Amino acid sequence: MAEVVLEHAADQDEHLWEGGKEPFKASYGKLMMWYFLLSDAFTFAGFLISYGALRFSSPTWPVPDVVFEKVPFFPELKAPLVFVTFMTFVLIASSVTMVRAVQEGHRENKNGVVIWMFLTILGGATFLGCQAWEWTTLIAKEHVSLSQNPFGTHTEAGVYLEDDHGHALPAGEQVAFRAGDGYLIHKDHESGEWLQRKYRTESGVEAKLDFGPRAFGALFFFITGFHGFHVFSGVVFLTIIMLNAASGVYVRRHNGYEMVEKIGLYWHFVDLVWVFVFLVFYLL
Amino acid sequence: MSHLSYDEQKKLVFKGLRLLAIVTITEVFFALLFNGHIFHGFHKAHISDSKWIIITLALVYGVIMVGFSLYKARFIVYHFMHLGQEVSGLRMSVLLPMLLLVWAIIAFFQEGSSWGARRHQIEEKNKEEVGSKTSTGSLDYDTELYRGLI
Repeated sequence: MAEVVLEHAADQDEHLWEGGKEPFKASYGKLMMWYFLLSDAFTFAGFLISYGALRFSSPTWPVPDVVFEKVPFFPELKAPLVFVTFMTFVLIASSVTMVRAVQEGHRENKNGVVIWMFLTILGGATFLGCQAWEWTTLIAKEHVSLSQNPFGTHTEAGVYLEDDHGHALPAGEQVAFRAGDGYLIHKDHESGEWLQRKYRTESGVEAKLDFGPRAFGALFFFITGFHGFHVFSGVVFLTIIMLNAASGVYVRRHNGYEMVEKIGLYWHFVDLVWVFVFLVFYLL
Repeated sequence: MSHLSYDEQKKLVFKGLRLLAIVTITEVFFALLFNGHIFHGFHKAHISDSKWIIITLALVYGVIMVGFSLYKARFIVYHFMHLGQEVSGLRMSVLLPMLLLVWAIIAFFQEGSSWGARRHQIEEKNKEEVGSKTSTGSLDYDTELYRGLI
C-alpha cells in the first residue's frame, strides 16, 4: 500500500516539473506583481517607520492643520486639510475607475477598458497636479526645504509681543497662544530676513520664534515625493497599456485583459500607500 | 468575482467608492474636531488640566485614526485587488511577511523615543572635541552610564 502511495507521489512530482502548472492559480506575471508590491510595501514601511522614529525623537512636531491649510485660488482662506482631502478623493476615484476597467477587461470589452483606463489616467494626472501645487506652496511661499522648516509648535502658553510683520504690539492687543499651537515663521519679502516674532510665555520667558524640527521637510518631500513618483510611473504604464488595449494587442491574447489587471494591482497599491501617507502626515 | 453578475459587480464598485469616501470624510472630520476647528475651544490638547486625560485622549484619537486607515487598506486589498479570491497560499505569502512590520514598528518607535529622551546627552556628545582634556563633563556622563548598565 505504502509503495503505491509513494509511486503515485513521484508520478505527480514528475508532472509538476513539466511546467504549465500554476500552484497559486495565478499567472507568473500576476504572482510576481504581488511580490513586487510586497517588497514595495516594505520600502514604504521603512520610510514611514523612520518618519515615526524621528517624530518620536523630536520634542515638538509641526501641526498638520497649520501646515496644510492653503487652497488654490483663495490665497487668504484658511481651510485646514480641505485640499488634501480633495487629493485623496481624486486618488480613490481613480482606483474605482481602474476596477471598472479590469471588469470590462474580463468581459473582453475593448472600448470599456480604454474609456475607464483613460479616466484613471486623468485621475492620476490630477493628483500629480495637486501635489505639484502643494509642493510649490510649501517651497516657494512658506520656504520649507530639505534642511529648513519654519513650521514650529509652542510648548508653553503665552502671548505674542509682535505682529506678523515684526512690529511691536501694545500691551492690550497682544495675541495669546496655547501650548501645542502651531506657527509659521514668515520671511520679509524685501529684505529676505526671517520675521521671528517675539513672545512671552506664562512663566515669563521672553524669546523669538524658533524653527521647527529640521527632519520634517526632508521626510515630507522624500516620502510624498517617492509616492508621487509611483503615481507618475503608474500614469506612464497606464498610458502604454491603454494604447496597447486600444490597438487590439490584448484582444489577440484572449486572456481577459490580464495586463490591465496587473497594472490595476499596481494602481490600487499606490492608493493603498496614500492611505498611510495621508494618515501620518495629515491626520496624526 | 465570477459568482456575481456584471450588474452586481458594478454596483459593488460604486458602493466601495461611497464607503471609502465616507470613511475618509469621517477621518478628516475627526481630525478637525479634535483640533478645535469644528467647535471653537474644543481641542484634544486643552480639554482638561489633567495630563493623564490628555494623554489618554491623544492615544484614543491615534487608535481611531489608525483603525480607520487599516479598514480602508483592508477594503482596497480585498475588494479592489481581489486578494480574498486568490488561493490561500498566495494570500498568506503576501500577508504573513507583513507581520514582520509589527516588530519593526515597536523597535524603531522605542528607539526614537529613546533618542528624544536623551536629546541633551546627544547634543553634549556632538559638541565634544577629539583629544580635548576639558570635556570631563562627558566623561562623567560615560562612567555614570556604564555604572547604570552594570
